[in-house]
Amino acid sequence: MIALGVTFAGLNEKEDMSLLSSSVMRKFAMALSGLFLVVFLAQHFVINITSVIAPDVFNQWSHFMGTNGLVQGILQPILIFGVVFHFIMGFVLEIQNRRARVMRYVQYKGGASASWASRNMIISGAVVLAFLGLHFYDFWWPEIMHKYIETHPEDPTRYYAETVHKFENPVRVGLYATAFVLLALHLWHGFASSFQSVGFDNKYAKGLKGFTKFFAVFIPLGFLFIALYHHLNPIAH
Amino acid sequence: MKLTLKIWRQKNAQDKGRMVTYPIDGIDGDMSFLEMLDVLNNDLISRGEEPVVFDHDCREGICGSCSLQINGEPHGPDRMITTCQLHMRKFNDGDTIVIEPFRAKAFPVIKDLMVDRSAFDRIQQAGGFISVNTSGNTIDANAIPIPKPDADNAFNAAACIGCGACVAACKNASAMLFTSAKVSQFALLPQGRVEATQRVLNMVEQMDKEGFGNCTNTGACEIECPKGISLENIARLNRELLSAQFKG
Amino acid sequence: MSLDSKIPQGPIAEKWTKHKTSIDLVNPANKRNLDVIVVGTGLAGGSAAASLAELGYNVKTFCYQDSPRRAHSIAAQGGINAAKNYQGDGDSTYRLFYDTIKGGDYRSRESNVHRLAEVSGNIIDQCVAQGVPFAREYGGLLDNRSFGGVLVSRTFYAKGQTGQQLLLGAYSAMNRQINRGKIKPYNRHEMLDLVIIDGKARGIIARNLVTGELERHSAHAVVIASGGYGNVFFLSTNAMGSNVTAAWKIHKKGAYFANPCYTQIHPTCIPVSGDHQSKLTLMSESLRNDGRIWVPAKLEDAQAIREGRLKPTQIKEEDRDYFLERRYPSFGNLVPRDVASRAAKERCDAGYGVNKTGEAVYLDFGSAIMRYGKEQAVIRHLYDASEDKIRELGEAVVEAKYGNLFQMYEKIVDQNPYKTPMMIYPAVHYTMGGVWVDYNLMTTIPGCYAAGEANFSDHGANRLGASALMQGLADGYFVLPYTIGDYLSDDILTGKISTEAPEFEAAEKQVQATIDKLLSSKGEKPVDYFHKRLGKIMWNKCGMSRNEKELKEAIAEIKALREEFWSEVRVPGSANELNQELEKAMRVADFLELGELFAKDALHRNESCGGHFREEYQTPEGEALRDDKNFMYVAAWEYKGEPADAVLHKEPLEYENIQVKTRSYK
Repeated sequence: MIALGVTFAGLNEKEDMSLLSSSVMRKFAMALSGLFLVVFLAQHFVINITSVIAPDVFNQWSHFMGTNGLVQGILQPILIFGVVFHFIMGFVLEIQNRRARVMRYVQYKGGASASWASRNMIISGAVVLAFLGLHFYDFWWPEIMHKYIETHPEDPTRYYAETVHKFENPVRVGLYATAFVLLALHLWHGFASSFQSVGFDNKYAKGLKGFTKFFAVFIPLGFLFIALYHHLNPIAH
Repeated sequence: MKLTLKIWRQKNAQDKGRMVTYPIDGIDGDMSFLEMLDVLNNDLISRGEEPVVFDHDCREGICGSCSLQINGEPHGPDRMITTCQLHMRKFNDGDTIVIEPFRAKAFPVIKDLMVDRSAFDRIQQAGGFISVNTSGNTIDANAIPIPKPDADNAFNAAACIGCGACVAACKNASAMLFTSAKVSQFALLPQGRVEATQRVLNMVEQMDKEGFGNCTNTGACEIECPKGISLENIARLNRELLSAQFKG
Repeated sequence: MSLDSKIPQGPIAEKWTKHKTSIDLVNPANKRNLDVIVVGTGLAGGSAAASLAELGYNVKTFCYQDSPRRAHSIAAQGGINAAKNYQGDGDSTYRLFYDTIKGGDYRSRESNVHRLAEVSGNIIDQCVAQGVPFAREYGGLLDNRSFGGVLVSRTFYAKGQTGQQLLLGAYSAMNRQINRGKIKPYNRHEMLDLVIIDGKARGIIARNLVTGELERHSAHAVVIASGGYGNVFFLSTNAMGSNVTAAWKIHKKGAYFANPCYTQIHPTCIPVSGDHQSKLTLMSESLRNDGRIWVPAKLEDAQAIREGRLKPTQIKEEDRDYFLERRYPSFGNLVPRDVASRAAKERCDAGYGVNKTGEAVYLDFGSAIMRYGKEQAVIRHLYDASEDKIRELGEAVVEAKYGNLFQMYEKIVDQNPYKTPMMIYPAVHYTMGGVWVDYNLMTTIPGCYAAGEANFSDHGANRLGASALMQGLADGYFVLPYTIGDYLSDDILTGKISTEAPEFEAAEKQVQATIDKLLSSKGEKPVDYFHKRLGKIMWNKCGMSRNEKELKEAIAEIKALREEFWSEVRVPGSANELNQELEKAMRVADFLELGELFAKDALHRNESCGGHFREEYQTPEGEALRDDKNFMYVAAWEYKGEPADAVLHKEPLEYENIQVKTRSYK
C-alpha cells in the first residue's frame, strides 16, 4: 500500500527512490488528496442539503449512493483511501516538521506572520479526523450493518427519517458544530494552499483564492445549518 | 532609553546554552539594533566579561549576515529590513527584548547568536548556476532579448540575500522560499532553461537532505523576508519540480 | 629592486591581444597538478577562483564571511560600466579608456586601463550568460544609465543591487566548480600570513575562525583579492569586517604598497547621526542622475534649518544654491566623486550645512519627480492632469528606478525622501591605492598576485562610478586566468608543496606569537576604542583635504596610538575558539600600521590629484592643482620594519595615447 510506503519514506533517514521521497512531491500528494476530499465534501453537501429542501429527493439520492455498485464498490474505497492517505501523510509531515527544529524558540511570534489556521492544520485536521470517527459510528457503520451484515431488504424511503433522528441529541449536534468550525479553519488554509502546492499561479489565481475562502466558510456553515435545522425540526419516531 | 535584554548565550556547538538577562542604558533611537549590541559588548568587555557573538558585516541590509530572532520574529518587528537596518526608535523605554539565534536543525548554533547557514551554500552548489565557462567569446549580451516582465521577475527572485529569515520564521523551518527564489531566477531566463530540469531536482534533493522541514504554505516566510521574495516563487518551484519529476 | 611593470611592447590597442597570444600556456593535464589559493571571494576573487577552476587548476578560496556570497562587493549599488555603445551615443573602448584615465586624474597606468576598457564588453556578455538579471527595456534589450564624470550612458545595472547580482553570478560560477570538486571553499577563515619559499609565494597561514585553529595551506600561486582598506577610517561604507590584513601581510613579506593615500570619499552617503555610529551607508551615485544637490543660498536659512525652525521644502527656488550646477555647468550634478565631495565639504565648512551637525547637503528629487510625472502624463494622454496626479506619476517612476534606495534611506533616517529632500554627506568609500602589481597583476613577490580593489592599478587617484565592479570582474574573469598560467608554466614539475617546510613552521609561529601577545595584553580598553580613535585621526587629518602640518601630526599620533594599543588593549576570550574581538584586534593592529604609511604617502605627494587634495596645492577657485612634472608616478612603498622607514620606489607614468590635461568638468 502506498500509504505505508509514505510512512517509510518519511520516517526513515535512508534514501528512498519513490516519488514521495521529495518534500515537494509529498506536498503535491497532500494537495491532491485534499482537493479530492474537497470535491467529496461538495458532493456530500449537495446531497445533504436536499434533506432540508426536499426529503424525497434526499431519500432517492441516498438510496442511489447506498446501493449503486460503482459508488459502493469503487468510489467508496477510493474515498476511504483518500482520507487515510491524507491523514497519515499529514501526521508524517508534522513529525518531520517538528524534527526540523529540534531546539524550540524561547519566544516565537508565529501569529505575526501567519494565520492561526495555517499554523495549526494538525489540530484542525485531528479534530476533523475525530469527528470522522464519530460520523462513521453514527452513519456509515449502521449503514454497513443494515445492508451487509443484518441484510435487511432495501427500503428507499428510510434515509430521511433516520437522518433527522440522529440530530435529536444536543450533545451530538454540539460535537458536530465544533467539528464544522474546525473544518472551516482547515479548509480556509488547506483549500487555497492546495493550489499553491500544485503550482497554480496565473491571472486566475486571485479569483480562485477568493472562491476557496468562500467555499471554506460556506460549506461547513451549510453543514452546521443542516444539523441545527434537523435538531430544531424533529420528526416523530 | 533603558532596556532589558534577554540574550541566548551558548559557548559552542556542544554547550547547552541558556538565556541571560542584561540591563542596558543610554540607548538612542537613532542607533541601529546592532549598534545597540555594540554598546552592550563594549560594556561587557570593559567589565571583563565575554562579549555576545553575532554575525554581521555590511550593516546596510544586503550581505545577509545578520540573523537575529528578536522578540520572536526574524530581524525583529519591522518589515522589509534586516536586523542591521532595524533602528531602536522601534522600541520604547523600559522594553524587554528577547534575542535568540535563528533556530533550525539545518542551522546549528556555532556560538551565542551565530548559526551555521552553510546548508544554503550546499543547496546552491547542487545546481544554482548556469554551466557557462568564462571566455571572451560568449554571445553578445543583447543577442537574446528577454521580456521585461521576465527579467524583472528574475531580478525580484534574485534579490534574495540568503539570510535565512524564511527558515527562522517558518514553523516548519522550511527552506522553500530560499530554494524557490534560486530556482526561479534561472527558470525565468532563457539562459537558465537549458538545465532547468536537473537543477530543480538536484536543489530540492539537497534541500531535503539538509534537514529543513516541509513547506505547508503558511506564508510566514514571505512576510518576514527582508527582501520581499514572493510566494509565487514557491508555486513556480512546485511547477518546475512536478514537470521535472514527470519528465524523469 | 627596481620596479618592472612588464608592459608589453606595441600599440596600446594591441598590447593585450598580443600578450595573450604570446604568453606560455599550461597543458590541461598539468593544470590538475597545480594549486592556486585565492584570498577573498568578492567580484575579483570569486571570478578568478571560478575561472581558474574551470581551466583545471585546483583552487582553494578563503573568506572571513560564512559564505563567499557575502563579500562586500555585494553592497555595490549603482552599476557596472562597459563600452558596449548600445545606446549609440558615441561610446567606444577608447572613450571608456579616456574617461577612466581622466577621471583618475592622470595617475593610472595607461596599458592596464586600456585592457580594462577592452574587456569591459565581455564582462557584460559573460554575466548575462550566467543569468545575471540586468535591468532591461520593454523591447527586451539591456538598459543603461549614466554615471558621474562621463558624457555617455554606459552603465549596466540591476536596480540598486548591481553588486549583489554580479557577485551572485560569480558565486554561482564558483558553486559550479565547488560541485565539481575543483574549488575547495574555506569560509570563516582569515589569512594571517603569506609563506614564501625560495623567493616564491607558496602558501598561506589561515586561522579557522570557528575553531581558532591555525592552518597551513600550500599552493603554486596565491591571489590576494581581499578588497580595500577604507575601514582604516573606522567610519566608512565598507563592511564591518573589511580589512587590510591580507594585503598588509604580503606587504610585510615584500610586496610594495602603492599610493596608499588615494582614497575615494563618496559624495552621497547618509550623514553621521551620533557617536554610536558603526558604519556609514552609501546612497548610490546613480541618484545624482535625477537628484539635484543644493544648500540654502542664505546663511540665515541654513541656520534656521539646523535649528529646526525651517523645512527645506519651504525654501524658495531662488534661495537655493545648486552649487554643483553653479560651479560645473557642463557636468552639473554628475561631476566625478572627488569633485562633488569637496564641493559639499566647502559649502558645509562655509556654514551652509543642513543637519544638526552642519555636515549635510540636500539631494532633491522634486524636479525629477515633476519632470517624469509630466512625461508619464503625456504617455498616458492625461493632458489636464492635476499637479498631485503628476507628482504621483512621477513618484512612481522614481520608485521604479530607486525604490530600494529610498526605502533604505527612510529606514535609517526616518524621513520620507519622496516628500522632503534627502540629506547626504561625503564618506570614505573606496581606496584606489593598494598592493603594487605589474601588468600581469603580479606583486613584487613572484607568484603572489593582487586583484580588484586590493591592487592599485586602474583607477589612478580617483575612481569613476561603476568602474569598481568592472575592474574586479575584468581582473578575475579575463586577466588572471591568462597571466597566472604564464607564471605557472614554469611550475609544472614542482609537484605538491609540502606544508612541513620550515618556512610554514616559521610563519605559523609568528602568527601564533601575535595572537598570544594580543591575548596576554593586560589593558582595559576594547579594540573599538582604538579603532575609533584611529578613524578620527584619519578623517580629520588625512581625509577630504590634507595639509603638511596635520599630516605630520597624524604620523606622530598614529605611531603613539599604535604603541598604546599594544599595551592598553583588552582582548577577552582565548585563541582556540570563535573570538570576534581577537579577529578585530588583529585587523586593527594592521590598520594602525597602514594608517601611518597612508599619512606618510600623503605627506610626500606635494600636489593635489583626484582623491588626494592638499590644501597647499589648489587654484584660487579651490580646484585641485596637479604637479605632473614632479609627481606623475606611482608611489610604491617597500616595507622596512616600521611604516616610518618605508622606502619609496617610483614607477613613472607615461601617457602616449592620451594628452595630459588639467581635469576640467566646468
